[in-house]
Order: sequence, then C-alpha cells, then structure tokens
Amino acid sequence: MSAFALENTEGKPVAVALSERVHWVGAFDPDLRTFDIILKTANGTSYNAYVVRGNAGVAIIDTVKEEFADEFFARLESIADYSEITVIVLNHLEPDHTGALPELMKRAPQAQLYISQKAQSMLKGLLKQDEISFIPVLTGDTVSLGDRSLYFLHTPYLHWPDTQCTYVPEEKTLFSGDVFGCHFCDKRLFNNETGDFRFSFEYYYAHIMRPFKEYVLRALELIEPLPLKLIAPTHGPILRDRPERYIQRYRQLSSPGLHSELSPNQKTLLIFYISSYGNTRRMAEAIYKGAMQVQDVRVSLYDLEGGEVSPFVDLIEDADGLILGTPTINGDAPKPIWDLLSSLTVVNLKSKLGGVFGSYGWTGEGVRLVEDRLRGLKLRVPIPGLRVKLIPTVDEIMECEAFGLELAQELMGLRENKIINFADLA
Amino acid sequence: MAKATITFEDINVTVTVPAGTRVIEVSEKVGSAITYGCREGDCGTCLMKVTDGWNNLTEPSVLEDKVLRDNMAGKHNRLACQAQALGGKICVKPA
Repeated sequence: MSAFALENTEGKPVAVALSERVHWVGAFDPDLRTFDIILKTANGTSYNAYVVRGNAGVAIIDTVKEEFADEFFARLESIADYSEITVIVLNHLEPDHTGALPELMKRAPQAQLYISQKAQSMLKGLLKQDEISFIPVLTGDTVSLGDRSLYFLHTPYLHWPDTQCTYVPEEKTLFSGDVFGCHFCDKRLFNNETGDFRFSFEYYYAHIMRPFKEYVLRALELIEPLPLKLIAPTHGPILRDRPERYIQRYRQLSSPGLHSELSPNQKTLLIFYISSYGNTRRMAEAIYKGAMQVQDVRVSLYDLEGGEVSPFVDLIEDADGLILGTPTINGDAPKPIWDLLSSLTVVNLKSKLGGVFGSYGWTGEGVRLVEDRLRGLKLRVPIPGLRVKLIPTVDEIMECEAFGLELAQELMGLRENKIINFADLA
Repeated sequence: MAKATITFEDINVTVTVPAGTRVIEVSEKVGSAITYGCREGDCGTCLMKVTDGWNNLTEPSVLEDKVLRDNMAGKHNRLACQAQALGGKICVKPA
C-alpha cells in the first residue's frame, strides 16, 4: 500500500506531496497501448505535472494531455488557488504536456508563461492565438518564487527541439520533461514503490532519445553537476531513490560502443547486400575487396538475409559509412532493404557516407530509389550508384572494386575535389 | 557571363555555374545530400549551411527570412531552393 492518497474521501483526485513545497498534479492513462504511433506500452502511461510553492509565488511545471485536464485541475485545486499561480513553465510543447494549457491560462490569467527560446514559434502553432505573452529562457535564467527558485537548463532535442529542464536548487529537484521518463502507469508513483519499469525505461530511451545521443551527452554535462535528491519526469515513475543511477544509465546508453575498440585514425565501413542469384553478392564481394585496399578503413560485409534488423541498426549507428547492395524486383528494392532503411530513423545518420549498388534484370530502379532514401536520411552519397545488368563481367567486377576503393578513399578524405562545369551536368 | 563556383562540401564536388543559378538547380544533379520538399521556399526542408561566400549569394527575401526563423535556422543557413549564386566562391553543405 502507498503512504499517500490519490483521492479525497469524496473520490476527487488530489495532489501528491513530493516534499512540503513540491506536489505532483498529473494524470494516469492506464488504457493507452500505443503512443505517438511508434511506441507501445503494456500498461499505459502517466502525464506528470507539478506544482512548486515559494513564499512569493506558485509555479506550475507542465500540464497534461487535453482529455485528462479534469484530473489535473482537480489535483491542482486541492493544493493551490488559481489566483496564487504566478508562473507556468512548459519544459517542451508536445501536446501530451500542453493539452491543459489554454484552460490553465484562462483560469490563471495573471500567471507568466516561461518557455525555451526554441519554443517560441511552436507556441503560436500550438495555441493558434496571435497575442500570447511569454518569456523565452535559456540556461542560467532563473525565476524567483521567494524562498524557492526555478533555474532553467537548455537541453534541445530531448526529444523535441524546444526541450528544456527546470531545476529547483532549494529542493535539489530536477523537472526533466521527457528525459528520464518512460511509459509506465503505476499509481504507486515513486521508483522505489512501483513495479519493475526497467524495460519501459530502456525502451523509451531507445525509441525517443536514441536519435539524439549527441544532444543527450551535451545535456548530461549540464545535469550531472547538479546536487540531486529527486528527478521528476513527465512520464512514468518519479525517481527519488538513487536518481543518479538513471543519469549514469543515460550516459552509458548515449556513449558510442564500437568506437572505443578503434584507434583514433580508423574508420568503419559496412557493406550490406541481398542477392537472389548471387550477382549482387559478387558485386558486394568485389566492392569489399576494393575498399579493403585503403589503410585504416575497417570494412565489414553482411548478407541481410543472414541477420535480424535490430543488431544491424546498432552496427550502422556506430559506423562511419554504409554501402547497400540491392537487386531490383518489380521496379523496386526488395522488402528486406526497405525494412532495414525504415528502421534507421531511431539513429542519427547525418553526414555518414552512403553508397548503393546492385545487379538488375530489366530496369534497375532499386539502386536509384535507395540512393534517394539515403539522402533523405541525411547521408552524403558522393558517388553515383553502381548498377550491373544481370551477371557482372570481369570488367564490371573491376568497376565494383574501383567503386569500393573510391568510397573508402572518400571516407578517409583521400579523394580529390571534383570540378564540374554546369553545362556538363545532365 | 559572370561565373560562380559552388562547392558541395558533403560530396567534395565543385561546380562552375553562370551567375543567377539557384543552388537547387545543381545540388541534386551532383548528388549532394541537401534534400527538397516544396521547392518553392515554403517548407524549409532544403536548409543548407553556407560555410564560405555568404555575400556571393543573393540576399534572403522577407519570405525566406520568415521560413528560416520558423525553422529555427542558424545564422549561416539559407534555403537551397531560394539562394542564387552571384559570383565568386561559395561553399555549402546540408544543415
């Protein structure tokens, strides 16, 4: 049994104390099974919102999804009067945390809204109002509530561009937004009382934060030095038992794995292929041979048919270059290629080297389509894809070797700048 | 006719173009990773970073400025579908 009540004797939702001055005023959504189309949750989620009380003001930090506004307002009313609210903070503007904002602004019109610098244009898109009064803040900006204060940390892309965290030094409490959160609905609220949410925590990181590892590491530089008693995220358990463990786990998950095994001057190049009759495979082997000629390039060759997508995504995340070999079947690359490509949105691929090749029978569209997809994923594709009609000849195999060599040289910065006249471009 | 050179740093390719050429007219043909959406200066997909020769491009229009702001663009960013080469040396890469 929990040591706190979620409802009063009349069955009305009430706030839960995190300390004498900090309260949880969120809502539970136990029936949710799919979040944002891409995320599953086996027991729903919670939308956590908080109240911080100082002797000269009251702050509301984040709200809830619109459908859960009644629960949020009931809890809020149990701990504060609307006329006392001086500050509303939105740590990011995603609708599941801003759904009750328009109504809150009506009920507490005197409250000043604080959002991150990057949230300014989004706020207009969200509220569809022209005249919205707000104060944009950055790392180091503070707001006083008298004997409590709010200190802002600019933590962009965790996971929205406008994300910030809010720290209350007098409480040693970090309101982290979606960072350190997870979709796990448990009315016992605190991490030392809820059921086992480790899977949900890891799953949430893998799908929500993983594409932004670089930004996670930057945010941790701001968060790690803070004295912390409690982390209050916007989803899932409130982390009051050894909150530093969750910060350490984020650092672990965000640090590159394979790179620690490479010397600083080495780069990794992965070649994936799929082949019906062995022709694209022969091309792959020749490209592999060509790429191996360049010193300090660690080349690997994989047949997509022989593995699961998920570990391949892990490999690609850590690699410097990616070459894909695809045949063309009915005018397209086959499904295993698209399955891999559609799974890459969870990792950051920006500026990695890309290349495509493949054998074809009739028209050979697969290579061009995959090249476009790689560009769409923000890889650089400096060398046009290599296509061979049916069985590669000896000369074509040599072309494949040259293609691999050139891509490996490009990866190491050894390829000379190419100068083209505009009139010569097709 | 006045000429300019546009270097696409992501693929290490330089193209000599007549003055007035928009970056969009060249980048796809050479395979740079600058990607396009609406192609008419509205969506902000083709955001690129100008690493050299900012003044060798036409100035952003009021509308482009608005799209850059809405997309939280950095100060050296332009839309590849709008920026035209005026002359001299220009270096760009996907933002």
